[in-house]
Amino acid sequence: MAAAHACSSAAAAGEAPTTGEHRMGTTIVGVCYDGGVVLGADSRTSTGMYVANRASDKITQLTDNVYVCRSGSVSAHAIFKIEAFSLLFSHAVNEHGKGRAQFLGISSRFFFCPGRAYIDGWKKAADTQVISDYVRYFLHQHTIQLGQPATVKVASNLIRLLAYQNKNMLQAGMIVGGWDKYEGGQIFSVPLGGTILRQPFAIGGSGSSYLYALLDHEWKEGMSQEEAEKFVVKVVSLAMARDGASGGVVRTVTINADGVKRNFYPGDKLPLWHEEMEPQNSFLDILAARSPDPMVQ
Amino acid sequence: MSSIGTGYDLSVTTFSPDGRVFQVEYATKAVDNSGFDSTAFPLPILTVVGIKCKDGIVLAVAGLAADGRQIVSRAKSEAASYEKVYGEPISVKELADRVASYVHLCTLYWWLRPFGCGVILGGYDRDGPQLYMIEPSGVSYKYFGAALGKGRQAAKTEIEKLKLSELTCREGIVEVAKIIYGVHDEAKDKAFELELSWVCDESNRQHQKVPNDLLEQAKAAAQAALEEMDAD
Repeated sequence: MAAAHACSSAAAAGEAPTTGEHRMGTTIVGVCYDGGVVLGADSRTSTGMYVANRASDKITQLTDNVYVCRSGSVSAHAIFKIEAFSLLFSHAVNEHGKGRAQFLGISSRFFFCPGRAYIDGWKKAADTQVISDYVRYFLHQHTIQLGQPATVKVASNLIRLLAYQNKNMLQAGMIVGGWDKYEGGQIFSVPLGGTILRQPFAIGGSGSSYLYALLDHEWKEGMSQEEAEKFVVKVVSLAMARDGASGGVVRTVTINADGVKRNFYPGDKLPLWHEEMEPQNSFLDILAARSPDPMVQ
Repeated sequence: MSSIGTGYDLSVTTFSPDGRVFQVEYATKAVDNSGFDSTAFPLPILTVVGIKCKDGIVLAVAGLAADGRQIVSRAKSEAASYEKVYGEPISVKELADRVASYVHLCTLYWWLRPFGCGVILGGYDRDGPQLYMIEPSGVSYKYFGAALGKGRQAAKTEIEKLKLSELTCREGIVEVAKIIYGVHDEAKDKAFELELSWVCDESNRQHQKVPNDLLEQAKAAAQAALEEMDAD
């Protein structure tokens, strides 16, 4: 699952730009404000130079009150089937795979598995998508067991658990944000190695390198919801302007005591930053336009 | 068959024709006759008599002490495994549920015997002070005040007289001491040892032995109250 290698080797061999591994060169942001959190993300998914999806949704729901911003690679994952009666289906087992398999190393811990599991096929999904699918499932059980919503800390810790235990197989950086009645709005970042950090604000993805100093300077404690939302859209669009792997639209999710609000900011409604071009209908228009005046001495 | 009665009480997996499980009732009897008294009630701040289980949650045991230790060790590992997976301490409710399931599990198989002890489980988490009592059958209820052991009936009567919503923790330990001294029959019972521990704001919501000076004060107050009653 060495995503970076797959991309460069595909380009070197002169293959079609779509054959490499998908990557989410990303900008994701999470910010705490007075009373809640705002999560933000760009929407570009690329395969090398090719934009495979220009309107992806990188902010995923985990529970009613917890969402996660995802960044990392997209790769093939094994799809398992569990055979409840291995004797009856021994034929199928032999045909489809050799032996049993454990995915993410958690099946034995979390599932009662009466028969055996075998690989049924392969599916392309982001590592982070698979992690959030599992965590959503665990949180659902946990919510039923507790009789009340899971806390943001529990959700983040489950993300951390999977990211850390399977760090060898994963390329996943996530920012978990949400609201609960005990601690209010919280942001946890779970970067590549699977550590967990509670922060007042967090940034991630390839675009985040353009943002560190900006957030250090401009993030303020106790912003209003409106301020925070504006702030998130601003920083994501700034990163989109500089980072080639980030782009498209800006999506935000605001979570507080009153619930969740999703927002969408189309690419042509975003501010134009330094040296950015006006939106064009066609690249031919640009070529047809008069070339700039020659330099005058 | 006559030498062994009806035979309906030989296994924990056998129902009697009128729907009772005798083995579980015998286990309950082991608790009821236990000279090991536990009294507890959660106040606005909680007081409990018990054994240390996990920081912040205590278990008080009545019945076979060895069985009690088994339950305590299970409770500890449940609490630890919960924290490992979810990253925050287990709630009192959840721990009570899990311990109760474990106790109940031992009433479901012929090759196991039920626990010969009941436990009172108390703690102070983010939902406030709580108290649960788990019986050998595995049922668990949340209480305002609970008592187990030989003197439980008398203790319960005394608890019911208290205004638990107004009692502070410091007042509470005196009441608990009075109750334990009160239900102890000096003529019939052997000498006893009173142990008090608490989980409250004063102990930082952690389980702690009641400080010695307070314990002595509570003992003195209990003895004074007892003598006053004898004098009446």
